[in-house]
Amino acid sequence: MDSRDWIRDGVRAVAGGVLSVALAITNIPLFVLFVVSLVLTPVLGIGLVLLPLVTALIRLRARLSRRLAATFGMPIARPYRPAPPSRGLLVRYRWIITDPATWRDFAWLLPGAVAGLVLGVLSLAVPLYGVEGIVLLPLWIWLGTGEYGYGVIWPIETVGQGFLSLPQGTVILAIGLAMAPYLRRADALLTRLFLAPTRNAELRLRVSHLTTTRAENLDSQAAELRRIERDLHDGAQARLVSLGMTIGLAEEMVEADPAMARKLLAEARETSSDALVELRHLVRGIHPPVLAERGLEGAVRALAMALPIPTSVGAAVPGRLDTPVESAAYFAVAEVLANAARHSMARSVQVQLWHSDGKLTMRVSDDGLGGADPAGGTGLRGIERRLAAFDGTMSLSSPPGGPTVVTMELPCALSSPKITPSSETA
Amino acid sequence: MRVVIAEDHALLRDGLTRLLEAYDFEVVAAVDNGPSLLPALVEQKPDVAVVDVRLPPTFTDEGLQAAIAARAAVPGMPVLVLSQHVEPLYARELLSDRKGGVGYLLKDRVSHVAQFIDAVRRVAAGGTAMDPEVVGQLLARHQPLAALTAREREVLGLMAEGRSNGAIAGKLFIGEKAVSKHISSIFTKLGLPPSDDDHRRVLAVLAYLNV
Repeated sequence: MDSRDWIRDGVRAVAGGVLSVALAITNIPLFVLFVVSLVLTPVLGIGLVLLPLVTALIRLRARLSRRLAATFGMPIARPYRPAPPSRGLLVRYRWIITDPATWRDFAWLLPGAVAGLVLGVLSLAVPLYGVEGIVLLPLWIWLGTGEYGYGVIWPIETVGQGFLSLPQGTVILAIGLAMAPYLRRADALLTRLFLAPTRNAELRLRVSHLTTTRAENLDSQAAELRRIERDLHDGAQARLVSLGMTIGLAEEMVEADPAMARKLLAEARETSSDALVELRHLVRGIHPPVLAERGLEGAVRALAMALPIPTSVGAAVPGRLDTPVESAAYFAVAEVLANAARHSMARSVQVQLWHSDGKLTMRVSDDGLGGADPAGGTGLRGIERRLAAFDGTMSLSSPPGGPTVVTMELPCALSSPKITPSSETA
Repeated sequence: MRVVIAEDHALLRDGLTRLLEAYDFEVVAAVDNGPSLLPALVEQKPDVAVVDVRLPPTFTDEGLQAAIAARAAVPGMPVLVLSQHVEPLYARELLSDRKGGVGYLLKDRVSHVAQFIDAVRRVAAGGTAMDPEVVGQLLARHQPLAALTAREREVLGLMAEGRSNGAIAGKLFIGEKAVSKHISSIFTKLGLPPSDDDHRRVLAVLAYLNV
């Protein structure tokens, strides 16, 4: 790792530590509030109103901890049961009180506070002590304050000894920065222990995720089939009927008016070309031929060639993917590239595809304006839905001013070995 | 002229055979799958081969692969590839040996019989026949072409399809002299050395477009 990365990670972790101390402090009033609202439940039913409110706060607080853990490389899923459709007081109360995740959140509040405080303070204190050694001590000596020491030298009696604090402080600062990410990780581990879904909850979450994505998938497939049916019915089918009529008419005319028959036949040929063009577009929308023939890599290369922006493709996918996955991956990349071409004003686009650890990663980056927002258009949301059907994910980084990087991941296996075009060097 | 045909649909294979025989071609072999195509091409060494991109058993791009392999075995063997769709990527692969005698057309073009036969003959003679759709796709994306006038772009498009100066002149209703003037201006603007050779200029254009 680059030494700058190392320092940056350390500083980030220290900042995370400070945040976790601030958050840890809020655990104590939350704990008290929870106990109080629980105790007040029989008393005039105050708890019926209070407890859901307090739980909402606790969940918000837990969510911040999960977010913090995720920033330091440990994503934690939310374990809560979905909210009931009814907004009745008793229903909501029951929903909260019977969710094991509520009690695990509660159990976490105190240990989480202690860990957050201790680990956070530790990750801040060591680097601070290092900074003191580097900055403060020379000042101290020149200001001529009385007895003072630093590190292993205590008390400092000569200026020479004083300067020794500089290397000591540097070492301590380095240790502090190097240690901070580990402290964050330890904190995240403990958070996960309490706040991650249990096996049961995980399965329940998985089922609800699958139910949602399956429903979305079925919807979009049904819509797709309807579109295809309509396109065929209004397009190619109608043209073929008219083709038949024109040829029939020409047949009648061939003796009486050969010139007219010839004109009609030429017309028929035109109609047949139009029908073919239409069918071709339709086929491309269902499953692009180049994708069937060359797989994802070849099809993305073909896409790149057609883009008005110079686009480079780097790929390491040593095999073919299952057809539905391949198709989802292709249309996702195609959509992102179309977005880049339409909105980014980029001068160049890069596509990278690779497969490792049972996961296909597709990254599209451009040097354009940035500022892409999944909430803004339907395109990015559509990609998310498409990928979600296969448990895939999309993440977007697009600060105003660019660059825009879209990373899509799809868990999948590689099947048959790739058919390599013989002129790949061309 | 001796032709080898590769097409898996019996109807289309018979149609092509009938069409070519009507124009005095001799169909020496008509195969319906990928694996038998390459041996047929190498054995028969036809004057021109008409090959469908997608053939059994894989129904991917077997025909294209066989055509490229045949041209590696018999350099410059004229091949006209037909396809239900056209892909600039495939055009580049076909042209990458820079030997000429290559065609790549949409299957629909067969219905314009005279133009199709003309394309087959042009390919057999070592020329090129590129589908206007491929050329159009390539021209649409390339920005340096902004320097060209609209007329020059039209000329470049027809030139890339593989048409001669005479044919371009006829199609655009201008004199052949004007066409060659446009072409030399195109070459200047694109920084390509002028050449009289019909298929070489197509290769130059496509090579330039394939950056």
